[in-house]
Amino acid sequence: MLELETDVLVAGGGPAGTWAALRAADAGADVVLVDKGWCGASGATAASGTSVWYVEPDADARETAMAAREGLGGYLSDRGWMARVLDETYAGVNELADRGRYPFPRDDEGREIRRGVQGPEYMRRMRTLVRRAGVRILDHSPLTRLLTTVDGVVAGAAGTRRQVGVDYRVRAGAVVLATGGCAFGSGALGCDVDTGDGALAAAEVGAHLSGMEFSNAYAIAPAHSSVTKTAYYSYASFYRADGTILEGAGSTRGRSVIARTLLDEPVLCRLDHAGPTEQTAMRRGQPNFFLPFDRAGIDPFRDLFEITLIAEGTVRGTGGIALAAPDCATGVPGLYAAGDAASRENICGGFTGGGSHNAAWALSSGSWAGRAAAAHALAGGRPYPTTGAGPVPSGPTPVRDVVSAVQAEVLPYDINLIRHGDRLGPALERLDGVWDTVREGLDGGSWRAREAAAMTAVARWMYTAALAREESRGMHKREDRPGSDPAWQRRIAVGGLDEVWVAA
Amino acid sequence: MIELLSTDRCIGCDRCVDVCPTDVFDRVPGTVPVIARQGDCQTCFLCEAWCPVDALWVAAERTPLAAPPAEDDVALGSYRAALGWGQGRTPGARIAIGPPLIHEPGDPPGPPLV
Repeated sequence: MLELETDVLVAGGGPAGTWAALRAADAGADVVLVDKGWCGASGATAASGTSVWYVEPDADARETAMAAREGLGGYLSDRGWMARVLDETYAGVNELADRGRYPFPRDDEGREIRRGVQGPEYMRRMRTLVRRAGVRILDHSPLTRLLTTVDGVVAGAAGTRRQVGVDYRVRAGAVVLATGGCAFGSGALGCDVDTGDGALAAAEVGAHLSGMEFSNAYAIAPAHSSVTKTAYYSYASFYRADGTILEGAGSTRGRSVIARTLLDEPVLCRLDHAGPTEQTAMRRGQPNFFLPFDRAGIDPFRDLFEITLIAEGTVRGTGGIALAAPDCATGVPGLYAAGDAASRENICGGFTGGGSHNAAWALSSGSWAGRAAAAHALAGGRPYPTTGAGPVPSGPTPVRDVVSAVQAEVLPYDINLIRHGDRLGPALERLDGVWDTVREGLDGGSWRAREAAAMTAVARWMYTAALAREESRGMHKREDRPGSDPAWQRRIAVGGLDEVWVAA
Repeated sequence: MIELLSTDRCIGCDRCVDVCPTDVFDRVPGTVPVIARQGDCQTCFLCEAWCPVDALWVAAERTPLAAPPAEDDVALGSYRAALGWGQGRTPGARIAIGPPLIHEPGDPPGPPLV
């Protein structure tokens, strides 16, 4: 057993976790960061790349930026949070350029263009920044549960150092959950580590979730591949197997047409709206977009290739741990949440935060959570309270069977993307049955058992909220409840594990 | 999925064992690491990016190939080169200006993707 004591424990080493760790260390806190994989390569951002919601501090530009997605999000976002995110992101990205020495591209006048980052480059710079700030990083160290005092105050976390087979316990004055969203092991790029672990741990200590009905983002990918980078498909046409155009299909508004067609037959694609100039720019902009084509001998500008839609769950949905305060406190003393682990409704409403908004949210919420956690811990001071007994041994969980059973309910387009109460209801009942299997292995189970349990819990919250929202709004579209109902212009909270509850 | 670890090129630094977010590789005392859990590979290509000697190759497919390709038949190091990682290269991020984002064909183009 590795026993550590620190001021702030950050769980998760993606953008949100690294910004949280950096800000907490800058505030004078001793920080430990644990990552299931490797901080710098873990999560949805490191493998990919993203635009960033980086807007110059100009009143008109900011107003336009905030107004742009309010309607798409079903008017569930919050102008106050949006303005704060724009401020924080602008400062943070500029710091990434200066302190992090990130090599942003330059425009014709030599000014850096700071509206996007390449994932591998961004995250290797963030790992460097975090290490230089003195943060202790435990890689390959999945969290298995939060530690609490008898009064229910969060006081650290326990987990496993999976490469050496040793458990760890970190006592801490505050914890930031930045464990990412939940993509249900769907195969979306970089998302296999995103299994909802933080949401499960948070719910176990009494936190709740919000926006879970907005968790059905699906991304376009070449059918054989993992590369769920969708932006360039705005240059695509979509075809049936016989080579005729698939009417109404598109990369954004027409994605449901693609889904409906994929239920019965293959869908083909070609990036035939990109001329030579665009083609060259695409290769410079996102080199990893071309890996599945180059390595399979496909010319995406000339050849028809088969595509699929891969579920991205809450990673590019907006649901997550509900925040109780502007500093990203969860309402459970000592516990903060950031990035995709937290609800992004504040800036996205019910529309996908994928890309620029989630990137800005990770930086901003991570920064706020890190600062607040440091202040909370340093105000209390050491020694931090000892916590209750450790995990209780229990029966094993059939991990692969559980994951398959959850995937059978959350991945199909005709349950999760194209929604109907008649299909959501039975799916939720089956998921409730799966929960009965996993809960036996929850205490003291392996980190893999925790992943399976977390996916099950997230799926149940998702469909509970989807059934509660008896309308269509944002990405939540129900065939049996078409159109938005003004009475539902409010958020839906869910929580609970054995007994799932919903409050609208 | 990860398909190749070139034992000729590998210098045994174990960097891939560290960086792989899904813990696919194992250290081996006294020799080079091995692909121990190919089925856990998430096809993120990051081991290739981080390998200092271009000894790794990840196939595009999310499922294992029937047989790994021959080293001479694949472009070892091509992703690291595209990222501009490695001595003497310009970071790819420095020139990563994509085409303008359009929402659907026919829409007016937006600002360039970065």
